[in-house]
Amino acid sequence: MSAFSALHQVLDEPLRLHADRVAVRDPGVGQVSYRELAELSGRLRDRLIALGVRPGDRVGIYLRKSIDAVAAMFGILKAGAAYVPVDPSAPPERNAYILHDCAARAVVVERDLAKGLLENHANHAAEAPPLLLLDGTRAGASLAAALERADAEAPAQRSESVIPPADSLAYILYTSGSTGRPKGVMLSHRNAVSFVDWCSSVFEPGSEDRFSSHAPFHFDLSILDVYVSLQHGATLVLIGSEIGKDPVRLASLIADERITVWYSAPSILGLLARYGALATRDYSALRAVLFAGEVFPVKHLRALHELWPRPAYYNLYGPTETNVCTFQRIPPVIPEQRTQPYPIGAVCSHLRAMVVDEQGREVARGSEGELCISGDGVMTGYWNLPEQSGRAFLAGAAGLRWYRTGDVVTEAADGTYTYLGRRDRMVKRRGYRVELGEIEACLYRHADVAEAAAIALADEEAGVRIRVFLACRDGKRPSLIELKRFCSEHLPLYMVPDLFSFATALPKTSTDKIDYQRLKELA
Amino acid sequence: MTVDQASQIREAVKGFILSEFLPGEDPGELRDDTPLITGGILDSIATLKLVAYVEESFGIDLAPHEADADHLNTISDISRLVESKLQGRP
Repeated sequence: MSAFSALHQVLDEPLRLHADRVAVRDPGVGQVSYRELAELSGRLRDRLIALGVRPGDRVGIYLRKSIDAVAAMFGILKAGAAYVPVDPSAPPERNAYILHDCAARAVVVERDLAKGLLENHANHAAEAPPLLLLDGTRAGASLAAALERADAEAPAQRSESVIPPADSLAYILYTSGSTGRPKGVMLSHRNAVSFVDWCSSVFEPGSEDRFSSHAPFHFDLSILDVYVSLQHGATLVLIGSEIGKDPVRLASLIADERITVWYSAPSILGLLARYGALATRDYSALRAVLFAGEVFPVKHLRALHELWPRPAYYNLYGPTETNVCTFQRIPPVIPEQRTQPYPIGAVCSHLRAMVVDEQGREVARGSEGELCISGDGVMTGYWNLPEQSGRAFLAGAAGLRWYRTGDVVTEAADGTYTYLGRRDRMVKRRGYRVELGEIEACLYRHADVAEAAAIALADEEAGVRIRVFLACRDGKRPSLIELKRFCSEHLPLYMVPDLFSFATALPKTSTDKIDYQRLKELA
Repeated sequence: MTVDQASQIREAVKGFILSEFLPGEDPGELRDDTPLITGGILDSIATLKLVAYVEESFGIDLAPHEADADHLNTISDISRLVESKLQGRP
């Protein structure tokens, strides 16, 4: 167990033991030591307090992946506030909605991204929060320069870091929402610290480790990367979004940076195995490969394992609401004849698991049911959505809060769980959650669309492909290019549908609802 | 590089994009200047497929940094890149 309760206290011990070690590296851009990271984030804390940020407030981070962004996360936590990271590549409209929805008290934002934010904020008929404007990002130097500019106008007073109660919010991560708007998953310091502790016990990180930071900071995989690495005095190696999607450049970065612990969604690992020419480089430093976010097809896992035989492989499973809740170490030999994906494994030691039927009653071991999770890692709820928060937990379960994952599983005799599918209309794409309802809600905003239905189709290469069926007004039929462009203006790129079909009207059930079963047959 | 070769490159790339990523689209809608990556037509996996197709069909190698929206965002961009690679060959 950690000796601390607040997430930003992960920096305390490395700061005492090896303040001059490299804490975060941004290859090709620069790096900072633990001392520099602590100083920079402390200066941001002071500036945020001067801007009026108080414990319990939310502060937005609208920055490209960078050391500046890592320092912003710590600065916000030190001010006692919760950080809300948004995807810098997502449409500004969506980000403005998120920052408005969480009532951000301030936003740390790059100057070129601020314009879109301000334009869209005006649509919410709301005054934009104070912005701390950075001229790009540059290994912390851009944040330092912004703080210096602000200090030149009015110096910020030095304050102590706030140690908030363990149940106060540390961050809010927005995920796809079924009603057409992203929803904010609220995670407390207790949630995050219990998870970081669990990771420490299983992956045994040390100060010689070099952790990859592949996931963007608005994605829950980043919590493991950032906080587990920094708690143990290791070096966090940032991987920008462009290189992160490019298996060729990524393969050389992993070798050149001598990464020891890798963590990502399986899709990029599959691409690395296929396109990364892994056999041509030295990966002897790599000791652990962690993956989460979606099913890793065994064919691709085996191909990767053959190219990287040395590291230990871990399949981690869990929704943003709990972060990782079950895990399994993949056996050192993957049998030739195996085609079934590996189970999601056993419940993590800081959590408890239960499988329930439709009525919320625990089922006998071995029966199918919905996986529910309780314990210190489970979110406090969804921001500003009391009804959805209520529905997320099992009703009437005495004493414990059981989060309903929506995932259908079975439990084997040895306590490992196997994932079977979803109860609802959520799918995973490249590790991201996609609510098919959010895609439909976007398409209904198109002037020509009268009816829209999205379905997910299994695809060996892409994991899932999304096909949309549309019925259009007055027989109009927008071009596919126009529809994809429209979606990409309102949704993150990973939510843009792959395929479109048109009909004069969509098939209906006897209760006049869209007949998804029939649509799946048509597809 | 003749005008004919340049238009052959554009037609081949256009045909590949239509059949792989826009099945059912009216070919007239896909213009040489239609934004592909920033317009939501090519995601990262689709871009990799396109790069593999271009490399194989024209016998060229693209540098890793060339597989992005700055170099491949329109059919014109792709065609220019392929032409410059073919011209640079002995």
